[in-house]
Amino acid sequence: MLGPAGVTAGLYTKRANLNVLIIYKELSGLEKADVIENYYGFKNGISGEELYKTGIEQAKNLDIDIKKEEVTNIQIGENKNYKVITENGIYHTKTLIFATGNKRNTPKIKGIKEFEGKGISYCAVCDGFFYKNKDIAVLGNGNYAISETNELINIAKHITILTDGKEAPEIRADNVDIDTRKIREVRGNKKIEEIEFEDNSKMKTDGIFVALGVAGSSEFAKKLGIITNKDKIIVNENMETNVPGVYACGDCTGGLLQISKSVYEGTKAGLQAIKYLKKQNEKV
Amino acid sequence: MSVLKLEEGNFEEVVLKSEGKVLVDFYADWCGPCKMMSPIIDDIANVLEGTVKVGKVNVDNNQELAIKYDVMSIPTIMVFENGKPIKTFIGVTDKNEILDVLK
Repeated sequence: MLGPAGVTAGLYTKRANLNVLIIYKELSGLEKADVIENYYGFKNGISGEELYKTGIEQAKNLDIDIKKEEVTNIQIGENKNYKVITENGIYHTKTLIFATGNKRNTPKIKGIKEFEGKGISYCAVCDGFFYKNKDIAVLGNGNYAISETNELINIAKHITILTDGKEAPEIRADNVDIDTRKIREVRGNKKIEEIEFEDNSKMKTDGIFVALGVAGSSEFAKKLGIITNKDKIIVNENMETNVPGVYACGDCTGGLLQISKSVYEGTKAGLQAIKYLKKQNEKV
Repeated sequence: MSVLKLEEGNFEEVVLKSEGKVLVDFYADWCGPCKMMSPIIDDIANVLEGTVKVGKVNVDNNQELAIKYDVMSIPTIMVFENGKPIKTFIGVTDKNEILDVLK
């Protein structure tokens, strides 16, 4: 997300002569804020939109590369490198700073929460193995849902993409169908067994992979093995996660949803990433 | 105490017939998040050395065990007490959260 935490981390790392890329898809919470009257240095307050735009201009003036692309997957590569996969391409990096905000795509469908870990999964690469030759569903309709479906295509026997009333995405594969009906609830006994639609019809399933909207920090945390608590990324005082070279800052770490906190954490994450890369280079 | 390698062959003896608590980590070599969980499990084994048994189950080689305990996501970390599962953590979990259950 292109907000104060991510941009600040970008400013510090760029000023340390590192190659920086900020990738964002959705707008920062800041842009929607009306008037900000409690942030240092603005005697008459400032609108969220103006502060947001000024921050981006500042980043652009430093030649920080900013790309509006949707990240659909992040993988751990060899030699402690990370592979960030977007709708347009693949970026390789040695460090990652999550500044992804506090938005979370939680489905409001009855039964989903209850069957988490019992057939409801949020990570295809982690759990696909358990659905070998099974009939499964992917809940979602965007690029992220397609990406998760592609992870599962060669494992599952059949996949139904459930859009829950939303528009059907474009995907062509022999073992993939799209169902656009609204879902009423999901049910089972020990494990998930069936989906009931608003039109009273039912569909049997062995598992549902949730991939709604644009993937955020909680989705990527699961794929990378980052410790979270109630979908907030757990960091230490240096903004380090438990995964080497991966940092988090701003609203995605929980706590105060304030610009001052985001700026501080972005600073800390940026400085820590600089230190980490310096150490890595010394080792080579 | 080192982390025990648990398999279908020794699971009953080591986990189910044990008195007290046993920590079991279900993992696979290809699973990225499991690699992040592994040092946390090793750390717990060190902290609780001599008091709680800690073991790992490779789900690729022990599919029956994964099915028996309804493991459908890895890493899954289970705490057994007197042979019965009393707590399950799904996904990479904070060390202190697990230690709280083992104390």
